[in-house]
Amino acid sequence: MRAEVAAGRREAVEAAAYRIRQHALAMGEVQGQGYVGQALGAADILAAVYADQLTYRAEDPAWDGRDRFLLSTGHYAIGLYAAFAEAGIVPVDELETYGSDGSRLPMSGMSTYTPGMEISGGSLGHGLAIAVGLALGLRARGNAARVLNFLSDGELDEGSTWEAAMGAAHHGLGRLTAVVDINALQADGPTAGVLRTEPVAEKWAACGWHVERVDGNDVGALLAAFDAIAARAEGHGAADGDGHGAPSVILCDTRVGRGVQLLEEREKAHFMRIEEHEWAVCREQLAVGYAGAAAEQAGEKVSP
Amino acid sequence: MTTTAHGAPRLKTSAMIASFADPGQRTAPAPFGHALAELAEQDERIVGLTADLGKYTDLHVFAERHPGRYFQMGMAEQLLFGAAAGMAQAGLVPFATTYSVFAARRAYDFICLDIAEPELNVNIIGGLPGLTTGYGPSHQATEDVAIFRGMPNLTIVDPCDAVDIAQAVPQLAAAPGPTYLRLLRGKVPSVLDEYDYSFELGKAKVLRGGRDVVLVSSGLMTMRALQAAEALAAHHVDAAVVHTPTLKPFDEETVLRELAGDRLAVTLENHTVVGGLFETVASALVRRGEARRVVPIGLPDQFLDAGALPTLHHRYGLSHDRIVERVLAELG
Repeated sequence: MRAEVAAGRREAVEAAAYRIRQHALAMGEVQGQGYVGQALGAADILAAVYADQLTYRAEDPAWDGRDRFLLSTGHYAIGLYAAFAEAGIVPVDELETYGSDGSRLPMSGMSTYTPGMEISGGSLGHGLAIAVGLALGLRARGNAARVLNFLSDGELDEGSTWEAAMGAAHHGLGRLTAVVDINALQADGPTAGVLRTEPVAEKWAACGWHVERVDGNDVGALLAAFDAIAARAEGHGAADGDGHGAPSVILCDTRVGRGVQLLEEREKAHFMRIEEHEWAVCREQLAVGYAGAAAEQAGEKVSP
Repeated sequence: MTTTAHGAPRLKTSAMIASFADPGQRTAPAPFGHALAELAEQDERIVGLTADLGKYTDLHVFAERHPGRYFQMGMAEQLLFGAAAGMAQAGLVPFATTYSVFAARRAYDFICLDIAEPELNVNIIGGLPGLTTGYGPSHQATEDVAIFRGMPNLTIVDPCDAVDIAQAVPQLAAAPGPTYLRLLRGKVPSVLDEYDYSFELGKAKVLRGGRDVVLVSSGLMTMRALQAAEALAAHHVDAAVVHTPTLKPFDEETVLRELAGDRLAVTLENHTVVGGLFETVASALVRRGEARRVVPIGLPDQFLDAGALPTLHHRYGLSHDRIVERVLAELG
């Protein structure tokens, strides 16, 4: 039985997710196209991570005590830049430079360009292997920071992901959490048709991981999953004081374009094209949807 | 089938424990493992990790001395180098071992993007470089230098012997960026302590002078070049030997100075003649407008045979008697 996530906490994350989506749309409009669909789909996860879960210092992104968030999917950088702006790591004004010459915010996320970006993604299937070494290294140095790796279901095609999954379990990396964005879409089309990865939960469990599977666009469910992992870490049979224990994975089923009806209903594409006149519609739909959801929740509160 | 048609004993492959040391040659055991274990006494950042080849890359010596700093990553080379990058990001100085073929061919993307691009201090230790096993192409890293030379930021070291390795290890750790060491493992010959020599990362050294020929060599071929130079003296040929253990960045100053005259120029490498020492020297000459003939001694551009190592070294021209033959033929 899951403990209910307090409404105030959930609403704060939802508000952060809304702003992350606003930032992502603004960046997408500058480029005229791109990975807006992924950013919208992952916004709730990124908000849960940066507004609720992660320990960091916005003014000192390299602070040694920080939790590490590793973005494998370099093309999701648009979403992470938006989360950085929300977190105060990157100024909101800088977001408009996204993907432009000389910008610190390249289209594919790279650690050598952007403060707060822990690794260079883009070549998929790298993040979890690096996360394993980072978690081993932090533990060896007596640093209790957590390591989170965000990866996509497309990366489950890569053998290196499973090398790392086995390695993490073998070494008992109890402070490592993988967050998998299952949007069921990859470059050549629906994941089910490209290379079937289901049953995903069983695969991770078979590798020795603690598995949570949630609606990745349900903030309450996301926070409950993070809470369950934290409870295991503090409880018996999980991570000991030294960080030894089973690693955890949160499998997040998400919808590409989430929060913007026009994009949710559009034929799904890895690299989404949006016409010039459609951006205003997107912004409007995002605002109306968020206001509507908030009103609905407020209604729920007063109803018996 | 233990004799040839001529009745001579047929040499055996003994693939994984093959040694290129000559019978009776002075050797040192596991120089890499001992050097790393020593270094770790002084530097707590040093860690060792491997992909199921700890015993075969001499890392077991380190593991026995520092068990808490030894990480077995399993037969998973992508994980090995991704994790090494993560450890470096956590402030450690990893030495990651596997065979050269697996580092260069199998894990290239991980070394390139996770280690070289962010210039992390990860030291890649590759066993069985070039032709140091008779096991066949699956284990013969005949093109590892060619593969790695195109990778920005990566320092490439091809040591000659146990002396080179012991002196190189602390310098690899001290170098801020990534390095690749072509490991010689097991009982490794000691040769360079007979010369006025010390390993300096990035430097070529003239081991002996000579009026007629300049042998520019790296790795175990420097040992063969020194033997060939001795043998050539009996033929009244005076051969110099220039050892270039650091292949990248390459010490063009020293090497081009030695190649400035009209002595016969020969490069010797335990590597395909494509993309290794020969082409490094040739491109340096051309870039300076000092074009001249250079004789490449190295492995042919082909997949090599399986067999006994001495047989193969002779077949492909790496043995010192074949070097002598080649130099005499070139001198006419």
